Amino acid sequence: MDYAPNTDAQLQEMLRAIGVGSFESLISTVPAELHARALEVPSGLAESEVIALGEELAGRNRALTEVVSFLGAGCYAHLIPTVVDALASRGEWLTPYTPYQAEASQGTLQAIYEFQTMVCELFQMDVANASLYDGASSVAEAALLALRTTERSRILVSEAVHPHARETLATYLIGSTATVQEIPTVNGVTDLEALGKALRDDVACVILQQPNVFGCLEPMGQAGELAHRVGGLFIASVYPISLGLLQPPGAYGADIAVAEGRCLGSPPAYGGPGLGLFTTTSALLRKVPGRLAGCTVDQAGRRAFTLTLQTREQHIRRERATSNICTNEGWLALRATIFLSLLGPRGMQELARLNLEKARYARERLREIPWISPAFDQPVFNEFTLQFDAAHPVEAVNRRLAAAGFAGGFPLAEWYPAMPQGSLWCVTELISKASIDRLIEVLKRVG
Amino acid sequence: MSMSGPLIFERSVPGRRGYVLPPGDVPAVPAADALPEDQLRAIPPRLPEVAEFDAVRHYTRLSQANFSVDTHFYPLGSCTMKYNPKLNERIAALPGFAWLHPLQPASQVQGILQLLHELEQLLCAVTGMAAFTLQPAAGAQGELTGLKIIAAYHRRRRARSTILIPDSAHGTNPASAALSGFTVVQVKSGPDGLIDLQELRRKLTKDVAALMLTNPNTLGLFEREIKTIAALLHEQGALVYMDGANMNALLGISRPGDMGVDLLQLNLHKTFSTPHGGGGPGAGPVGVTKALEEFLPVPRVRKTGARFRWETRGRATVGRVHGFYGNVGVLVRAYAYIRTLGREGLARASRTAIINANYLKAKLQEAFPVPFDDHCMHEFVVTLKPLLAHGVSAGDVAKRLLDYGHYAPTVYFPLIVEEALMIEPTETESRETLDEFAKALVAIAHEAQHNPELVRRAPQRMVVDRVDEVKAAREPNLRYHASPGTASALHASPGDRSIFP
Repeated sequence: MDYAPNTDAQLQEMLRAIGVGSFESLISTVPAELHARALEVPSGLAESEVIALGEELAGRNRALTEVVSFLGAGCYAHLIPTVVDALASRGEWLTPYTPYQAEASQGTLQAIYEFQTMVCELFQMDVANASLYDGASSVAEAALLALRTTERSRILVSEAVHPHARETLATYLIGSTATVQEIPTVNGVTDLEALGKALRDDVACVILQQPNVFGCLEPMGQAGELAHRVGGLFIASVYPISLGLLQPPGAYGADIAVAEGRCLGSPPAYGGPGLGLFTTTSALLRKVPGRLAGCTVDQAGRRAFTLTLQTREQHIRRERATSNICTNEGWLALRATIFLSLLGPRGMQELARLNLEKARYARERLREIPWISPAFDQPVFNEFTLQFDAAHPVEAVNRRLAAAGFAGGFPLAEWYPAMPQGSLWCVTELISKASIDRLIEVLKRVG
Repeated sequence: MSMSGPLIFERSVPGRRGYVLPPGDVPAVPAADALPEDQLRAIPPRLPEVAEFDAVRHYTRLSQANFSVDTHFYPLGSCTMKYNPKLNERIAALPGFAWLHPLQPASQVQGILQLLHELEQLLCAVTGMAAFTLQPAAGAQGELTGLKIIAAYHRRRRARSTILIPDSAHGTNPASAALSGFTVVQVKSGPDGLIDLQELRRKLTKDVAALMLTNPNTLGLFEREIKTIAALLHEQGALVYMDGANMNALLGISRPGDMGVDLLQLNLHKTFSTPHGGGGPGAGPVGVTKALEEFLPVPRVRKTGARFRWETRGRATVGRVHGFYGNVGVLVRAYAYIRTLGREGLARASRTAIINANYLKAKLQEAFPVPFDDHCMHEFVVTLKPLLAHGVSAGDVAKRLLDYGHYAPTVYFPLIVEEALMIEPTETESRETLDEFAKALVAIAHEAQHNPELVRRAPQRMVVDRVDEVKAAREPNLRYHASPGTASALHASPGDRSIFP
């Protein structure tokens, strides 16, 4: 099956119309020594065979629909209204390219404009772009913007920023003269005293995450003030679902706020595709990476939409572009737009509250287990770090939980070797009270 | 014809709900008791308040204001807008793929790890490269990854700072090189549209880290001297990076690994049929030779016996460019596509793409000059320069094509062709569609001579007339602002071609 409609007879006729006798003469520009032998790829399959193969492979995974998962750590499974899939799977949404021809792409362009507006509202920021790849690369792009605009060379990033974001930043900086300094934490949050000491007038930006990788709420306002005191930018990486209840980055003076937005209407899909949300202030508008949709008029004066400020972008500015990004995550941005329009202001607030309450309930109940204690004494949203005693290795406990149908918390030692007994737990609206109660029973039996 | 109608914000009615959350089953806690006051949001986000059916109708109608591959011929050059099989959507949506958490232990995700491992091997087989990373999220991020690998490779020997890029290259090439701290030196194309070997030799200094080339290039021409070019670079200790955006011309026909290419990115949303989604998600896996494998991003999927696992460390790795493992949902679709087509189907796809392109070129050649005329691969470029005499530009013709029911080819690219129209029909279009398109383009050329105003004023059959891009850039309006007290400050004006009541 190759989905190519022209029959062999038609192809022969077409070759004659081209004026060649055979396909081989058509590719005479490819030197004979470079002609490929038959590819080492299995023969094609019929649709029913591909379905069987897909189901077999998928069946060898334990989907979150079969286990009760307390995994978060940068990837959060949330409810997805049926309508999101029903609408987004329309071919008119799924199969166009980037909307270069505005007049034939008004649907996508208006949806991006609505998306930009909703993200601005949720973040309380002036400007949102049409999306970047994911949360991690958005942190890197934010730092690059800060380097460009301040013409400074030092980046301060809290060690409580997701390690994937910090690693991506490091990779993006290969070949650059900029340096990164990590700011330590105390009791689960960024050490403001250490941050203060690291701040000098060569600091381009300070990067914090809210809630941070341990689930703790950071003193964003104070950190932002410190950054601004030396003329640096303050970059916040946030969790969109939390913004139904938590201070939005615009309210605490973030210059750039980014997020992993997959949680808004798209499934975890083993960590990708993601949806990089990128917002900033009006002052930095012309330095924004990636695409922007704008509202304008057509020849008849009617409202119309188009991609705009494209002189920032690679296809015009080439090596002087604000970023090399071209394809972004348009389809996930559309899903997020539909998701946010369905939830509305009240839905977002209630969703955040459900997360807060469920996590709080689970955290309280987990205190009943004598070998488990909270790692930090800090307010949290829907995720928190636990400390197991030495007799209960995190991985061993997780194996017991897996046998009982749970995916236990993430063993933090993998990212923070200094926390060998740290376990990161996330409780979203998808987890029922009954599941939490059953978890406690299982943990009690672990002894 | 309709216009796309009001914004979702203008449909907002205070108190309407589009989704009802389940009731809480744990003790309710006022947020103010659970969180410090200074962490609490003061003003709720001003999101629309609409009913479910409002949203359904809004986003359905909006979708109808789009051209798409499913609805229209979409011959956008270098973008490979081929049919996106529905089967692949079905596979990617299986809960065992869509609802996996990236931190589940390896024992719970053997199926997806096997799929990713097999996909790497399939891409190796197709390209002749030794190893792949699937992590980059799109072609440009693949380029960036490749350039970081090039930098890491040279740093171990002697740092080099120049990347050579032909003047016909995609804009992402120089942007990615600059983002990696390299200086870009442009290599002019020769009179045949291919890399000029003399010019290349002149620019090939000891400081050159790599040549980034696209093969077939953006004119749709195969770089027939590719082996000589690669040898020249290698003699100087430099690498050859291939932008694999045009790989749809090469499946089963020629392998970059055999050409002397050291590393390349593939665009799975082009060659391997994953949907473009109105601008992503894509996937831009990077393939390398054995010598460069150690620099690939981490984590990498490994097979030991019959078991699969992630290896998170690598001594020489460039690190990571994306959270977790990249756009896995896209990778699943591409895997399903490759398994469906198989060895013969992939080869037939490229063969048909090349015949379709040459057939369309032959049909257009009488009306439009082809500047670098040779048999093309999967795409070709015509120039509309003669129409300038009638005051009609390539951009005008592109807009007029929309009126004929075809999306426009890529315009004004590559930059080395004046008034360029870059046409890539792909293999999934029928001869009948190609005939219709050719007829439309010839008709427009006729209109340009006899009624140029008609072409200049196009399009007229879309939901909007030609959009004022200058105003959009001069007076940026990038988000909706509701006026206080009104739900809809920007109601469609009476002249709008609205089909909304």
